[in-house]
Amino acid sequence: MKTSLIALLALALAPLPAAAQTSDLNPANREVTVPQDITVDQDDGPLTGTVTDDTPWQELGIAIASFATNADVPTPASSSGTGALGLELARIVYNDLRSNGLFRPVGPDALPRPAYAQITAPAWSTWQGRSAELLVQGYVRANADGRLTVGCYLYDVQLQQEQARAGWVVQPSEWRRAAHRCADLVYSRLSGESPFFDSRIAYIAETGPRDARVKRLAIMDSDGANHRFITNGQSTALTPRYSPDYSRIAYLSYVDGNPRIYIYHIDTGRQTLVTQSTNPTFAPRWSPDGRWILYSMAIGGNTDIYRVSAAGGGTPERLTNGPAIEVGGSYSPDGREIVFESDQSGSQQCYVMNADGSNQRRISFFGGRCATPEWSPRGDQIAFTHIAGDFHIAVMSPNGRNMRTLTNAWHDEAPSWAPNGRIIQFFRTERGSGEPSIWQVDLTGENERQLRTPVGASDPAWGPVLP
Amino acid sequence: MNRIVISLTLASALALGACKKDPPESTPPLPEETVTNPGGNTGMGTDTTMGGPGSQSHFAQAMMGADTILFDTDRYNIDSEDAVALRRQAEYLLQYTNARATVEGHADERGTRDYNLALGERRATAAKNYLVSLGVPEGRLTTVSYGEERPVATGTNESAWARNRRAVTVMITR
Repeated sequence: MKTSLIALLALALAPLPAAAQTSDLNPANREVTVPQDITVDQDDGPLTGTVTDDTPWQELGIAIASFATNADVPTPASSSGTGALGLELARIVYNDLRSNGLFRPVGPDALPRPAYAQITAPAWSTWQGRSAELLVQGYVRANADGRLTVGCYLYDVQLQQEQARAGWVVQPSEWRRAAHRCADLVYSRLSGESPFFDSRIAYIAETGPRDARVKRLAIMDSDGANHRFITNGQSTALTPRYSPDYSRIAYLSYVDGNPRIYIYHIDTGRQTLVTQSTNPTFAPRWSPDGRWILYSMAIGGNTDIYRVSAAGGGTPERLTNGPAIEVGGSYSPDGREIVFESDQSGSQQCYVMNADGSNQRRISFFGGRCATPEWSPRGDQIAFTHIAGDFHIAVMSPNGRNMRTLTNAWHDEAPSWAPNGRIIQFFRTERGSGEPSIWQVDLTGENERQLRTPVGASDPAWGPVLP
Repeated sequence: MNRIVISLTLASALALGACKKDPPESTPPLPEETVTNPGGNTGMGTDTTMGGPGSQSHFAQAMMGADTILFDTDRYNIDSEDAVALRRQAEYLLQYTNARATVEGHADERGTRDYNLALGERRATAAKNYLVSLGVPEGRLTTVSYGEERPVATGTNESAWARNRRAVTVMITR
């Protein structure tokens, strides 16, 4: 149970030990250049200029070659050895970078495999011949202490120049994170946006027929790997949310027969009630600093929004007060305001209030209903479920203006943001079967993809970039 | 062994009581209202698991569908049809004074999850309050919202959704 945190600490952004002296790996028998100390060069800014929300991203042809290794040796990360692991690393980088609109990547399975020595001295003519604009290369080395060193390089093929590099020393169990870090490096460098691939997602796994659906709390990496069920499905689980430090998950469970929010401690497996009350509690949300939990509670049939200290034991504070349904809520990134939904006007609409509940005002005045608002981590957008006949994912400015619909299906619901505020994740319910699945869409609305999950999936919630 | 004897005794008393028009005056006091776990085993000794009065099967049989009331989209008001059903429920609960019930509130799938939980609670409470207004002691009634999680009709059309927007009164079986 303790693996997560310990493993997190182990993955340090460590510079590589200088100049390992391998010499006999290059079949061409050229003089071998080995990877040098690696640091991320962040001085030159993005290559493509600032990406704005409204313009489609420019697609860049980018070759992602299999990572090389200095010596193909077994590792706990791959029974087939570090050579096979290098291919897997590149496949992860490729899968992260494709389908998000910025890149037109070609993956390692369609490319020649560079030798270890070529990682720092690319065979330029090879890549120019393939009309690649950019090249990602890397290597993986097994260290004596069992850990892995992974290096990641981004080259501009036309200029024959290195654009960025980084290296990480990881526990074998955390090897995928090195690949996500590499994808993050490339993504950030080329887009000017903050990284987001090295993060995790909590969601609800759904199985069984519609009138006897089993719903389990589950977690996975941002690409669906390292999947793990947390609850066994005997009682319905709903609406999970990672704490900002990944130590806890707030979610709803019917474990005692009634809807109640529990705080699940990932380290210990222990869980506690968000508040000692016999009233139903639901719709948990964390404040950005992790100090508060917002939740909704119904007393005498009337639902209002409360906040309570996430440390536990504090007295809940009521933030809304009216006969209508006030529910949900999402903090602005500075923690000073909360966007929430209320049906006080007769239907679900979005409202903003100060974090102490004062200054409540409606912001949604377009047609249809505004539900499940979620403030972007960048602060400049609010995503929500727009109900106008069908259910669509939409965004608006925090003042309610500039509403844009991003998806167009029968029932898309419950947006939550990628840590960098560029991608929105939501779940889609298929008409007829009722089968739910998790999808991602970028802010242009043009790049949409399904996230593969082992079974049906709903209520996705993205955690921040891992520390 | 003791439990069985007591249960049978109480069940006979109930059966006798059922013959009269008015609820017996000598009913033991109801469970206190400050129960910490309304869904738990805090009841009296009546054996409601055997299909006798106050059991779910007995209640459902007696109601013939009147255990469920339906709502319009996003609404929770009690219309005249609902009132007829709730009066039948209240008569039953006033007749079998040991019976305790949970009102389950539900919503259709064409809503958002959190809102549907709130809406289900609102509907269950509306039904419960109506029963209380007819004289059913509040301490014998609890509510639970299932939101959109437990549809009774699985179609994706208006007639299925109409059946799912409901409040169902269920006897608490001990």
